[in-house]
Amino acid sequence: MVTIENLHKKFGKNHVLSGVDLTIADGGIFAVLGPNGSGKTTLIKSVLGMVIPDKGTITVLNENIKKSSDYRHKIDYLPQIANFPSNLKVKELIKMIKDLRKPTSEDQRLIELFKLEPFLDKKLGNLSGGTKQKVNLVLTFMFDSPIVILDEPTSGLDPISLIRLKDLIKAEKAKGKTILITSHIMSFVEEISDEIVFILEGKIYFKGSIQKLKTKTNQPDFEHAIASILSNNHA
Amino acid sequence: MLKILKYSFFDLMRSRWSYVYFAFYLLLGVVLLFLNNDLSKAVITLMNVIIVLVPLIGTIFGVMYYYNSKEFTELLLAQPLKRSSIFLGQYLGVALSLSMSLILGLGIPFVFYGLFESSAIWDFSLLLITGTFLTLIFTALAFNIALSNENKIKGFGYAILIWLFLAVIYDGLFLMTLIMFEDYPLDKVSLIGTMLNPIDLSRTLILLKLDISALLGYTGAVFKQFFGTSFGLIVSFVMLSLWVAMPILRIVFKSKKKDF
Amino acid sequence: MKQLLIFSIVLLITSSSVAQPIEVCKTCPISTLKDGIANAKNFDTIIVKKGIYKAHNIIVDKPLTIIGENYPVIDGELKGEIITVIADNVTVDGLFIINVGNSYLEDYAAIRVKNSKNFLIQNLVLEKLFFGIYIEKSRDGKVYHNKIIGDAVEEYNSGNGIQLWYSKNVLVKHNFVQRVRDGIYLEFSDDCTIKNNVSALNVRYGLHFMFSNDDTYEDNIFENNGAGVAVMFSRRIKMYNNIFKKNWGTASYGLLLKEINDGEIKGNTFEDNTIGINVEGSNRINYKHNTFENNGWAVKVKGACYTNIFTENNFLYNSFDIAYNSKVNDNQFDRNYWSNYTGYDLNKNGIGDVPYRPVKLFSYIVNRTPETIILLRSMFIDIIDFSEKVSPVFTPDDLLDHNPQIKKLTW
Repeated sequence: MVTIENLHKKFGKNHVLSGVDLTIADGGIFAVLGPNGSGKTTLIKSVLGMVIPDKGTITVLNENIKKSSDYRHKIDYLPQIANFPSNLKVKELIKMIKDLRKPTSEDQRLIELFKLEPFLDKKLGNLSGGTKQKVNLVLTFMFDSPIVILDEPTSGLDPISLIRLKDLIKAEKAKGKTILITSHIMSFVEEISDEIVFILEGKIYFKGSIQKLKTKTNQPDFEHAIASILSNNHA
Repeated sequence: MLKILKYSFFDLMRSRWSYVYFAFYLLLGVVLLFLNNDLSKAVITLMNVIIVLVPLIGTIFGVMYYYNSKEFTELLLAQPLKRSSIFLGQYLGVALSLSMSLILGLGIPFVFYGLFESSAIWDFSLLLITGTFLTLIFTALAFNIALSNENKIKGFGYAILIWLFLAVIYDGLFLMTLIMFEDYPLDKVSLIGTMLNPIDLSRTLILLKLDISALLGYTGAVFKQFFGTSFGLIVSFVMLSLWVAMPILRIVFKSKKKDF
Repeated sequence: MKQLLIFSIVLLITSSSVAQPIEVCKTCPISTLKDGIANAKNFDTIIVKKGIYKAHNIIVDKPLTIIGENYPVIDGELKGEIITVIADNVTVDGLFIINVGNSYLEDYAAIRVKNSKNFLIQNLVLEKLFFGIYIEKSRDGKVYHNKIIGDAVEEYNSGNGIQLWYSKNVLVKHNFVQRVRDGIYLEFSDDCTIKNNVSALNVRYGLHFMFSNDDTYEDNIFENNGAGVAVMFSRRIKMYNNIFKKNWGTASYGLLLKEINDGEIKGNTFEDNTIGINVEGSNRINYKHNTFENNGWAVKVKGACYTNIFTENNFLYNSFDIAYNSKVNDNQFDRNYWSNYTGYDLNKNGIGDVPYRPVKLFSYIVNRTPETIILLRSMFIDIIDFSEKVSPVFTPDDLLDHNPQIKKLTW
């Protein structure tokens, strides 16, 4: 469970988050949506402790995360841009991350799932964007933590891998995990998420199911619902 | 921290730059020995080179490594690791691999040339110790600069500037101050001025070895105590250690507050 | 010549066969050196046996040979001068003389030779002394193989190890002097030779010349003295093959030349001195085949010095090679080896193609503001030195070695 209370953050003069209150219950898939620059990534990074909030408290599984790093044992994070040390081989990177966190054998299954075997001995600098993203996914899912945070998980993936990813996310959900996703692909969000959190200008504009959003905006489908929020606010 | 250090270190050991740096020192050592045919003279020339070059390479390399490994750093930040261990680990990885290149690059040709049978061995060890200190100090300064500047170009600019300032401009200002106030007793001022610049500090250590005859020609009692006894050597090493510790503390402090 | 030789041999045989040596010992009929001298005839030999003899003011007033056996101790009990020689042809050999009296009014010596000729002072050991061996208005003598160990700390209340005053043609050889004021001091003494001595740890100078002309000193070692050798107000002094070492400190130097004309300095080694040679008002001196190594300043020239010629010397790793305090130069530097030389030799004739400029701008700065010495070897200093080298403004622009050697010189 993740609780966020009165979260403020500004970069220079730019208020990115201004008083976010959010509670994410255990279990389920939550999509964090919002236009560019609305503070999605900042919010996620705050939860991860990569951005230090100006004000407010964040608790993860009933533990205040301020000045703590151990709670990250319970979080798997998929960063947005998968740029790894280019001198390392894929195999070595996986080994290193395992060494830094904890031993696991999940990686074998995931490597098979994403068909990464031919790339294991290649240097990360020589991989394509999509392959890097697959490595990124392996690193994220191999630890089996109760909370999973995915920042743009679909970027660069081919259709087959995308299907596998969806299956993987659903399987994780079935284990009772809490999964946070940001994405620009609305169909993906619609298909997979239980609840959406919509951020606008540093605040939570909407939180609830897709159905509820459609009702609220009076739109027949999800994409139009989102579009109507944006156009209403910018009109 | 040790794990991060290990990975940063091996990452660097594999990178092209470490080899370039190592090869550069190897070449420098070989060429100097070839030209001079004399260990002690080569050591003296090296000292002049080391004092200026090691800080330059340390700052540039430190800044470069920091910016280049930004994504790696972000990957590490999401792991259950303390921020201070991530940055100290990376810092030590860079500093140690640079020091290794220095020690091996210079050490190998000198050892082959018969360093162990030579009286220059103490001067040479002092040279390596000083070089290592300077690497530690200037890599730490580089990390400080990089941590405070998101903009790569700006970071590089400041790194070059800080090197230029400490290696050249500082001494010019220092010299002018001394000449301007020459009617006053200056021995304390000049020693303090030296302590405040790590390059000058290392230079002093080397002067203690090479130019003690000239230094003792000066009358001031403070000078005499400083250069005439082991006091100077001890104070210099304490100050150098402080110079390592202070930027490292700032790395820890700054990294705790930084957003990524 | 042949006749003289035969005569002296005859003299030797007759004198030794006629005179039995007089023995002095604690249990002998003659138990003091004074009694021995009183009982001796001219050209007698007195043998002093091992023992401790308390005595001072021993006057040797006839030509005698006094020989100590196994170093008998003559203890002056700090009461004054111990032995005074006032006759010609005296030999004093093998005594251990201690406790010379200290005085601010008179220069008490362990042994003084006064107004005498043909003396020989040898194999003495002197300790706890004020002045050691004092040669006064004497000539044609030898001071040979003595060991003088003082305990001087301050200049004002200590005396000199070997002093020559108004003396002529004296040979001072193979002596070992330490911890006195001046190891060896010559004043108004001409035609003397100082050779193979070791003078170390003295409070003031290892060797000191004042108003003395035509003297030679060679093959001596001067180490760790207040200053190595001071040659002042003297002419035609020859200085050959000496070693000047570790004379450290403020205004300390291996060799001081003050108001010296027509000297010759050849084959000497100056090592680890604050200043190798300090030259003040000295003219027409030839410096040749000397080695200057690891000195603060190899040569420091002050005031007007004309026609000093430096040829074929080695200047090795000195902080400063040459320092001037004026822009005027009338001295020559030629065919020296300078370890600080950075030029090249394209035609491979062993001589650098670019002249060497041994005076650095920085030495002027240090001369003016001594504290700036702390910036030695700084890159900034290298830069200003370089620009001065390219276009001299402060340093004499004709001060150049046009033929700097590429390889260290050997002779």
